[in-house]
Order: sequence, then structure tokens, then C-alpha cells
Amino acid sequence: MSRKPKLGVFKFASCDGCQLSMLDAEEHLLGIAGQVDIAYFLEARSHIDAGPYDVALVEGSVTTAHDAERIQEIRRKSKTLITIGACATAGGIQALRNWHDVDDFIRYVYAHPDYIQTLKTSTPIADHVQVDFELRGCPISVEQLVELITSVVLGRKPRFPNESVCMECKRQGTVCVVVAQGTPCLGPVTHSGCGSICPAHNRGCYGCFGPKENAQPLGLLRDYQSHGCDQRQLVDLVRNFNGYSPEFREAVEQFETSISSDNA
Amino acid sequence: MTSGRLTIGAFVSIDKDQLQTLLECLQQVGYRTIGPQVRDGAVVYDDLASVNQLPVGQIDIQDGGHYRLEADESAGWFDYVVGPHSLKNFLFPARETIQQLTLQDGSWASTTPEVEGPPLAVIGVRGCDLNALKIQDRVFLEGPYVDPHYQARRERLFVVAVNCRRAAATCFCHSMGAGPAVSPGFDLALTEFTDRFVVEVGTDRGGEAMKTVPATLCSVEDIQTAKDVPKQLEKQMHARKPEDGHPQPRELDTTGIKELLLGNLQHPRWDDVAERCLACANCTMVCPTCFCSTVGEVTDLTNENVLRERTWASCFTGDHSYTSGGVVRPSVKSQYRQWLTHKLASWIDQFDSSGCVGCGRCITWCPVGIDITEEVAAIRGEDI
Repeated sequence: MSRKPKLGVFKFASCDGCQLSMLDAEEHLLGIAGQVDIAYFLEARSHIDAGPYDVALVEGSVTTAHDAERIQEIRRKSKTLITIGACATAGGIQALRNWHDVDDFIRYVYAHPDYIQTLKTSTPIADHVQVDFELRGCPISVEQLVELITSVVLGRKPRFPNESVCMECKRQGTVCVVVAQGTPCLGPVTHSGCGSICPAHNRGCYGCFGPKENAQPLGLLRDYQSHGCDQRQLVDLVRNFNGYSPEFREAVEQFETSISSDNA
Repeated sequence: MTSGRLTIGAFVSIDKDQLQTLLECLQQVGYRTIGPQVRDGAVVYDDLASVNQLPVGQIDIQDGGHYRLEADESAGWFDYVVGPHSLKNFLFPARETIQQLTLQDGSWASTTPEVEGPPLAVIGVRGCDLNALKIQDRVFLEGPYVDPHYQARRERLFVVAVNCRRAAATCFCHSMGAGPAVSPGFDLALTEFTDRFVVEVGTDRGGEAMKTVPATLCSVEDIQTAKDVPKQLEKQMHARKPEDGHPQPRELDTTGIKELLLGNLQHPRWDDVAERCLACANCTMVCPTCFCSTVGEVTDLTNENVLRERTWASCFTGDHSYTSGGVVRPSVKSQYRQWLTHKLASWIDQFDSSGCVGCGRCITWCPVGIDITEEVAAIRGEDI
């Protein structure tokens, strides 16, 4: 049998939640450890293998000059680089800074702003290096992570349908919160994978898994607005964990322009 | 009172409370009874232990992208129409393991799981859904490739149909020849009156199930009165008179529809609808006839245990038309056009009927309220 693939798990600007999802894969952990060589995973073990790696799982976004260099090094050392979660894939919630002056935040938040060295933006990993696959979610789904690692071990394509959250709702028999309750929900424009948890608990989807293919968030926002939803709340709904993804970003910018021209 | 098994074609009258007796009779002979009930603001199908769970006194206000339940003093036991679920959810489940493979001593052992669980008895099936069932029968049971799981569930299915006496604004079964009167294919069919149900026996199984339910044989006049209920509704639907303060009821002109749609594949309306359509696939998921699925293998880390799973799929995804070399229908425009032209036009060539029964679910459960009847009318060049 060929040697086990060497796996590195790396953290950038993030909450560690996606790495924790890996540790949450409790019943699969022993199996995973038996099939892959966990060479670098500081969240789980202090042992450090300096690489190279067969697969790098990257959590978090790039927010410092140091990280912008570090990701280049990880890319050089890794055959396959996979981003895990909304931060690494779309810049994360911390990308809210991208619409504001980060120096203002630093002045308001920190007693000693001079200690803070940060970039003006939070950017996805794909803005810096070639990314081979993106695992969506805030946080990622444990089941999808196990499927991803399984596909890496077996050398096949991971089985992740590229479809809306609505399809998961309907397969589960969940009643649509938009149609039956008038609750704004990002499900129709959001990538599936979470198991449509929020609508199943009578909440609208927050778009944690980011835009699905052919996403048309602008049309959805205008429709919700025409049914009396508050414009600012709609902007906040999309400008969230995946707000900096190109599809969500452009839709909200156009939507805001239409708000300001309506108010003019 | 009647005694003994009722014959096919018999009409009897039962007190409303006796529906509970029928339900218990079905349960006693081993059926899992399914029926309409309210969940999260909508009428859904789920296990029905008692008629007390029925949404008695409720009506549904439906429009494009809109569904609300309302209490209505004049409403009976079945005056709501269809919700997001249909028989499809039970006969063709959204997820199903169709094969299990295990690697043993270097070779694969394959097993096909049997359909488990008791047979289903579904209460409250409407004319549109009974027609949808017949359409799915053609898809899964006819031709050289019979679906064994669908077949196993279908053959044991017991249908208690209901003649609608009210339509939602999204209903257009009258345009599709699929209702509101239920057509043959039921075991029993109910017509509701203030204090009783008239029950029509459709099969020997139906007659058998009624054996212990206290019932009175209907007179010729009674039978006529019952048959007039859906006829009266059909007249109202053709007149398209809205309920007080409610939206305008739909209709769909099916004259030459195959030629109309297939002859207008470049119509500008496809671009127009593509601007509004989110390709979220809700329409295909709630459609009681949409049958597309995808099959994939779920493996464990060792690759020695494999489940082959079938899952509902939709023509509103790129995956659906992915073939060697790429996606055949990558744009929303091509996906919507595929769905509509298949449903209303090429379905006729494929299965010898329309794929639409006019239940209106695709209109109601579209989050932005795209209306199949309006899109067809626009392509026909009618003012909307």
C-alpha cells in the first residue's frame, strides 16, 4: 500500500471553529488518523512536521502582512490546497472592515493602537494563491469535512452537490419560511451543505455557505424589499460571514445604490 | 345502515365522526395512516393517528410566493387545498439507499435493500395529486425499467381521495383536466357536507375497509348532490371569480401548447424570466410529478463499505446537465426553459400526457412568485 497522505491544517485570521469541526468528527477521528498522516495541526497536536504536505487545509483569511507571506510558503509546500470555511473562502465576518477605515476600528477598540499591525482588508486565500478546492460554511459541516478527507485518501472527487439550501429544505420536508411566514431567508441564493439547519428551526438562512452557482441575490433582495422588509436589515443579512464573496458583495453594493437613489 | 363489504361504485353516507372509525380500521389492518395537518404555518402530510389532527376550519390563502392559513367559520374538514408536500414525498422519497456494497475477501458483495415499513394509507388526496400519482406511475412503473422501490410502495398504497369544494387562487387543475373532481384511481373518495361525508368506493380494498364503518347507502339524488360539488367548483374556477379580497384565480390555456412552447425557444420571455428566477429549484422539489434524481456512492474512509444513494435532483442545477465536456445548460435561462418546456411540451412525447396537473405548488412555493401560467400566457402573446 502506498504511504499515507500527509495532511497540514493551518490557521489564519479566524475563530478556529472550522478546525474544531474537525475535532468534532469524533467517531471518524481514529479512522482519519489511520488513513492520513496528520503532519501539522497545532489545534490538535504540538508535533510539527515542516512539510512538504500532500494536502493543506487552510482556515482563516489574510489580515496581516506576515500572513500574506505565510500563505505563499504553505502553497509552495503543498500539492493540494483546500480552504475550509467562510473566512478562508470569502474573507469571513472580519471582511466587514473592507467597507470601512480599519484605522478607525483600531483607535476605538484598542488602548494601545500602536501594538496593532494589520492590513486594511481581510481577504480570501484565493486572492493570494491558487486554491484547489473550497469547503464552504461558517463553520464547515463535519460530514462534509469527513467526505473531503475520504475523497483525498481515496483519490476521488468529493461528493458535494452544487445547489441551493432550498433543495435541502424540501428534501427534509421543511416548510419554507419565506412563503409561509414572510421571513427573509438567503436559502434560494446560498450553497447547500449545512443541512438547512436554520429554516428547520423557523429562522431564515444566514448564507453561511456563501453563494450557490448562478446566485442572483439582488433579485431576491429587491423581492424581499417589495414585500416590506427593511432595507438596512436586508443589507446586514447578506453582508455577513460571506458578505465579501464577489456575488454577495456586488449584489449588496447595487442594492445599496438603489436604496440611496430611492431616498434621493 | 349497510352491512358487509361495499361493491365498487357504491356511494354511502357517513357521519363526520365516522372518519375516525375508518382511520382506525385502516390502522388495525396494518396501514401507516398519513394525512393533512398543520406544521410551521402550512398544511403538510404526516402520520395521522386521529382525525383531531386534521386542519378543521382552516383555509389556505395562496398566491405567487405566498401561503398563509386562516381560520374560516364556514370551512369544513378539507377546505384547505394542497400544501408543499405530495404523495411524491412518500412513494419516491427524497433520499434512499438503493444498493449496499461491501468488499469481502477482495470481491464486492452487493445487496439491494428491501422497502421496509408498513403499507401507507393516505387520507385527503386531491384530484390534482391523484393525477400526479398516475403520471409518476408512468415514469416509474411503465416501460422496460421498473423502479422496484416505487413499485413496492405503490402496490400497497391505499388512497382516500377528497373532492375539493374550494380552490386556492393558484389552483388550475380545471385547465389541465386533472380536477377538481377526483378521477378513478382511489380506493375511497370523500365528498364533504356540513354534517356528513359521502364516500364513493373505488376498489374492493376500499369496500373492505368500509365494512365496519357505520354507513347509509345513498339515494340517486344524494349521489347526484355529491357529484355536483366538484362540478360546481369547476364552474367557479372557469369563471375565475376571486374569493372576497383574495387574488385572481389562475388558468392555463393548453391549446396547441407543445407547438407553442417548442416553436418559441428563442422568445424574449425566457430572458425576462431568467432575470427573476433564482434557480433555487423549489418548483421542481414541490412539483408532484418532477422525478429527477441523482445517484452517488457514499463511501467510508476504507472504501470497503459503499452506499449507493439516490437523491432528488433538479434541472435548475449545473450538475443536472453535466456530461463529458461540461454543463449543457449552465444558464438560468436554459434551465428554466428546460423545466417549462419539458413539463408542458416534451413530456407529452415522452409519457403521452402533460407533466402538469395544475396543483399550483410551483407558483406558491417559488420564493419570488414566478407563475407558470403567466409565463405561458406571455409566450402566447397575451396581455398579463
